[in-house]
Parts: sequence; C-alpha cells; structure tokens
Amino acid sequence: MSDIFNGLAAAFWLIVTLDANLVEISLRSLQVTLSALAIACVFAFPLGTWLAVQRFRLRRTAIATLNALMGLPPVVVGLVVYILLSRSGPFGVLGLLFTPTAMIIAQVIIITPLVASITHQAMRDLWAEYHDLLISLKTTKMQRIRTLIWDGRRTLLTAALAGFGRAIGEVGAIMIVGGNIDHATRVLTTAIALETGKGDFALALGLGFVLIALALAVSIVSHWLSQTEREGRW
Amino acid sequence: MSRLSFARTFVRVVLLSVSLVSGLFAPALARAESLKMAVTTSFNNSGLSDILLPEIKKDLGLDVQLLIVGTGQALRLGQAGDVDAVLVHSRAAEEAFLAAGYGTHRREIMYNDFVLIGPKSDPAGIAGAKTAVEALKKIAAAKVPFVSRGDDSGTNKKELSLWKSAGMDSSGFGSWYRAVGAGMGASLNTASGMNAYIMSDRASWLKFANKGDLKLLYAGDPVLFNQYAFIPVNPKLHPQVKTDLVAKLETWLTSEKAEKIINDYKINGEKLFVFNAKR
Amino acid sequence: MVSPLLPLRIEGAVVRRGARVLLGPVDLTIEGSGLTVVLGPNGAGKTSLLKVMHGLERLSEGRISHAVDLAEARRREAYVFQTPIMLRRSVRQNLAYPLQLIGRPAEEIRVETRKWADRIGLARSIETQAPRLSGGEKQKLALARALIRKPDLLFLDEPCANLDGHATREIEELLLAARDSGTRIIMATHDLAQAKRLATDAIFLLNGAVHERGDANSFFDAPKTSETRSFFKGDIVV
Repeated sequence: MSDIFNGLAAAFWLIVTLDANLVEISLRSLQVTLSALAIACVFAFPLGTWLAVQRFRLRRTAIATLNALMGLPPVVVGLVVYILLSRSGPFGVLGLLFTPTAMIIAQVIIITPLVASITHQAMRDLWAEYHDLLISLKTTKMQRIRTLIWDGRRTLLTAALAGFGRAIGEVGAIMIVGGNIDHATRVLTTAIALETGKGDFALALGLGFVLIALALAVSIVSHWLSQTEREGRW
Repeated sequence: MSRLSFARTFVRVVLLSVSLVSGLFAPALARAESLKMAVTTSFNNSGLSDILLPEIKKDLGLDVQLLIVGTGQALRLGQAGDVDAVLVHSRAAEEAFLAAGYGTHRREIMYNDFVLIGPKSDPAGIAGAKTAVEALKKIAAAKVPFVSRGDDSGTNKKELSLWKSAGMDSSGFGSWYRAVGAGMGASLNTASGMNAYIMSDRASWLKFANKGDLKLLYAGDPVLFNQYAFIPVNPKLHPQVKTDLVAKLETWLTSEKAEKIINDYKINGEKLFVFNAKR
Repeated sequence: MVSPLLPLRIEGAVVRRGARVLLGPVDLTIEGSGLTVVLGPNGAGKTSLLKVMHGLERLSEGRISHAVDLAEARRREAYVFQTPIMLRRSVRQNLAYPLQLIGRPAEEIRVETRKWADRIGLARSIETQAPRLSGGEKQKLALARALIRKPDLLFLDEPCANLDGHATREIEELLLAARDSGTRIIMATHDLAQAKRLATDAIFLLNGAVHERGDANSFFDAPKTSETRSFFKGDIVV
C-alpha cells in the first residue's frame, strides 16, 4: 500500500519538477512508438483494406495468418531482430543493434499485424456497404482501396490507437534489441524494469504512472480528433 | 469543411511525427564520439557508473553507452562484436574469452566483494561461519530457501564455484534451491519476497531498496573478492570496433583520477570498491 | 461522332443461385431511345435482370453483347440502387466522385458538381455529409451521381420504392429530362401508375422469364396475356 502511495508521490514530483531524465525518456518512448506506428500504418492500412476488397484462393488463410501474427510474442520478435541485427548476423554491417532504429524495427513487426487485422475488420464492413456502388462505377482495385481508406479513416484511427497502445507498453522486445542504454535507448518500459530491478518500487511506479498517463493522453487526443471529425456528420 | 479540417489535422500529425523522429536522430548525430561497453548488473547497480560516466564525458568527450547484462551475456556481446569492450568479473570465463581470441587483453581495474544475505533470524546459523564454504554447507544442511541468480552471470558463476568447493552439486539440490534466471536486483526482490538466503555483490545489496526482512549475514572471506576486468573486443574479428576510443577509455579507467573516484566511492558510509589496476 | 452503345443483346441468359433459377432463360434486345420499365411481382427477377445487363450479376449461362466492346460499354452505363448507397462524404464529394475516378479536370468537376447540386435542389446543403440527408434527398443525389458522367444507358432499380409523392415527382422529372437528352433508361418498378407515366415501352417479367413485352400504349391498354391483366388489376400472379 505504501509502495503505491510512494509511487504516486514519486510520479507527482517527477512531473511537476519536469525531471530532465523523465522528459528525455518519455520523449524517446513517444518517438520510438510513433515512428514505429507511422511505418506500421503505411503497410497495415493498405494491406488490411486490400484483404477486405480482394478475393483470392488463399484469402482465408492469409487472414487467419494475420490474426495469428497478432499474437506474436514480443520477446521472440526481439530475439529474432537481435540475431538479425547483431554484428555476427546477416544485417550486422548496418550497425543498428542497440539503437532506437532497432527498437522501431522490432515494434513495426509487432504491431503491423494488429493494425492490419483491425483495419481488415473495419474495412470489411465498409466494403459490404460500398461494394455495389464501387463495382458499378468500374473502379480499379487501387481506387477502391483509396476510397475505403479515406472514408473509413475514423475507424483506422482506432486501429492505429490499438497499435500505439501495444507498442508504448511493450518491454520484452525493445529491452533485447535496444539494450536499455541510458541516454540512448532507455524508454519508459525498460526504465521501469530497471528500477524494479534495483528494488526502487516508488520510482518504478512513478514511471509507470507517467506511462499510463501518456497512453491515456494519446487516447483522449485521438478520441477528441475523431469527435471533431464527426461534427457535421451523421 | 470536415475534409479540409481532417486534412489539416493529418498534416499536423505527420509534421509532428516527422519532427519527433528527426529529434530522435539529431542528438545521435550531434554526439561526436560514443562507444558501447557491456557491463555487469552488479557494477551498474553500485551507482559507480553514474559518477564515472560524466567524468569520462568531461575529460574525453566520450559517451560510454552501457549495456547492463550478466557476465555471460556481456562476453557473448563482445564475441559477436556488438560492443566495443566489456567490463566483467568472472576470471575463468574471461580467460576462455581471451583464449578464443575474442578480446585483445585483460586489464584488472578494481575489486569489490560478495556477501551472503539471509533472513534476520538466520535459521541456518551462517553468521558464525568461519568461511564462505562453511556458510553454504550450513544452508544446504538446513535446507532453507536459497535464491540463485541462475543466469550465467559472474555472480552466478562465483556462487556455483563455491558450491563445488563445498563438494556439492547445485543441480542435485531440492526445491529449497531456487534458480530464478534473473539479474541481481530481480533476484534480490525474489529473495526478499521469499525471505530466502542469497549471495549478492555488496554494492547491489547496499543500493537495494526493498530489503524487507533480509540482512547481511556473512562477508569477509577472501574467496568472496570480486575482481573486475576490462577487456577490449578484438578488432581483427570485428573491424568496426572503435579501438582508439577503447584505448583512451582504458587509459582513463586506470588513471590516478579514476583511482581516486573509485576508492572514494561510498554508499551509506561504506566503501565499496578497491582500485587495483597496475599501471 | 461516338459510336452507339446500343443495341444491347441478351441471349439465353440464366442466373442460378445453387439449384434455384433466379432469372432466365432470357432473350432480349434493348435499342433505340426512351424509357423501358421492367414490371413484375416480387421475386420475378427484375433486379437480377438489371444487374445482369449492367454486369453486376454473373451469368450462369448465355451471353450479353453491346455494339461496342464490354469495357467501353460499362464506362458509358450507370446504375441507381433501390437503397441509395451514400459515400461517407459531403454532397459535393459524392457528386464529384465518379468524375474524379475518370480523371476529369478539377475545373470541370467544380462546375458540374455545382450544376447538379443545383438541379437536385441541394445547392445549399452541398457541404452536408451525404449519409445525413433524408431518404428522398439521398435518392436524388444517387441519381445525380449516376447522371453526372452523362451515361448512354441508365439502370434504375425501384428508385422511388420508399419515397413520398413529392420526392417521387422530383425524381421522375429528372428521369424525363435525362431521357429527353438522349439517355436510354431501363427502370424496374412495381408502381403501375409510375410505369404508365414514364414508360415508352414495358417488359413484364414472371418467374424469371420475359412474359410479355410491348410499346407502352398497347401494353397498358391491351395486355395480351391473362397474367399481365391480373397483375394490372392487382391480383396475385403466380
């Protein structure tokens, strides 16, 4: 009980004093996660939409695979990325291991299936609504995908938000590929793991509350954006 | 209207992410020189690195990026060329590492010591033991809970070697012996939760904030001394290793200034490290 | 001079869903100008026939041919569905969409959307989100969106099924104007009064087959078969 109270107090002080370390770590968390999210969305939105629009023989298999990939254990993703990026691995020459780029790569792999799968579900419904019209208008595949992405952008925001939530709270993979280096690859989740390791539960909890607040803030902002978007709508 | 506002919002979000991402890489570019060094959890937990690194930065303009892992993984990182140097404490493993040609040489820097921690009530009665081996024998005889790192770290290796000296094989122990496969801090948390015995380096123990009902029960046997050594990764195997910077760092770590900082470092008034590098 | 799209010929067309025959066999030729109504009781195959002609429904047997190649033909056709499908965009964007798809210049799109919004009485709600319109407004918008590419051939599937008299009259005026400017129209309806008001000729479908066909005058005044006569009287036809 006193641990929680101390945690709250620690979080409070960290925030009101704008602790330089906390700001740096939080910004890095946001940078890594938002970069990974942006890249993941570039792949996942068209992929999920394409799966909703295109009929092909292995479509069901592809969707099932996508859903299965949502459950990829981050630790395993981290390990595989680590082995690939290690100096003794195939992409070692790039020297990316233990850099924020490596963390972004791992997170892209973790969240792309999730975002694509949610996109697919949302787009399947919109496609059912639009199907006859878009077929009648002789749209090309590309035009259909673009129309669906544009008109379904609000649900895509939800998909992106789910991806953000998974990425920002992830620790297993980025700990392995980032190395939790102070001032280089330390983010909120790995810092929490570190402070827990030191037995400093108050600071760990404090960072944890900051993490939760960050996730909430992003969620509220996107919700607010979609509200604005809904004004003057049905 | 809404399409326009959405477009504007979208552009804003993209700009924001781009600036964030560029902000992410800008400092990395601005930083002139950095090298990566794998160090043990116990070294980092001691807090000494928090004092050494800013001094190194000030004197050499060098950012030393620490990867905090167990000795086993630290040596693996060196072997793979993922770091430029290692600072570890497990002599046998270090010598095997050098023999295999993964490092150029081994330079002793300083030592601290291991201590045995246990419940205040000390059910196994190790506080009065004459040697570390005798203390472990008492724990085994009493079959009281004992937490082992079990992660191939320097501390873990030392603990296993002590069981061996006592003529026992830890793999044959019953359920009282818990190998948790975690770092020093996490293992201490476990021991605290289970009120179990554990072997820790002194620094981690002093810094540890969640002591609960645990207490330092035994220390002082010379066999528990814990020698830290600095090993540069072999540039013949990994040409990207920053040999010059590593050499600079080694010179600094063995300098008189480093000697003073290391010898003067105290936690709760207790001295932790003894500098013993040969110049 | 653009080569004519018509005649549209349907030969031995059959649509099956499993073992059930939804349509056919149908042999039919659409040519000339004017407005053809497709009449018939529920389940007679009116929607299937329109969809077959527009290529939305795949044929199980038979074939369809136009005076031009298929891709060209499809580009010059348009279709209005019984329940209007609104893109989740503004009225203006809904109108602009078919023109954007075929890459018309922005200036033309601006002029045309404004003109059509005006014609369907939605000039003042041009920035309203289309899904928020009333039923009648939606159907007018769907019709304008179909006409904006100036199709040679327009299909309508019961466009006024759920509309009140006022909206129905506006739709009919738009249809007559389109017909008079040279668009060939095929419209399914089961509103006999509307059929009489608009038709230049009529097709009576029964159980998936063309039961009777004729010019509007002779068809409505002197139907040749007893089934058509009972349908006109409002009896149940099987």
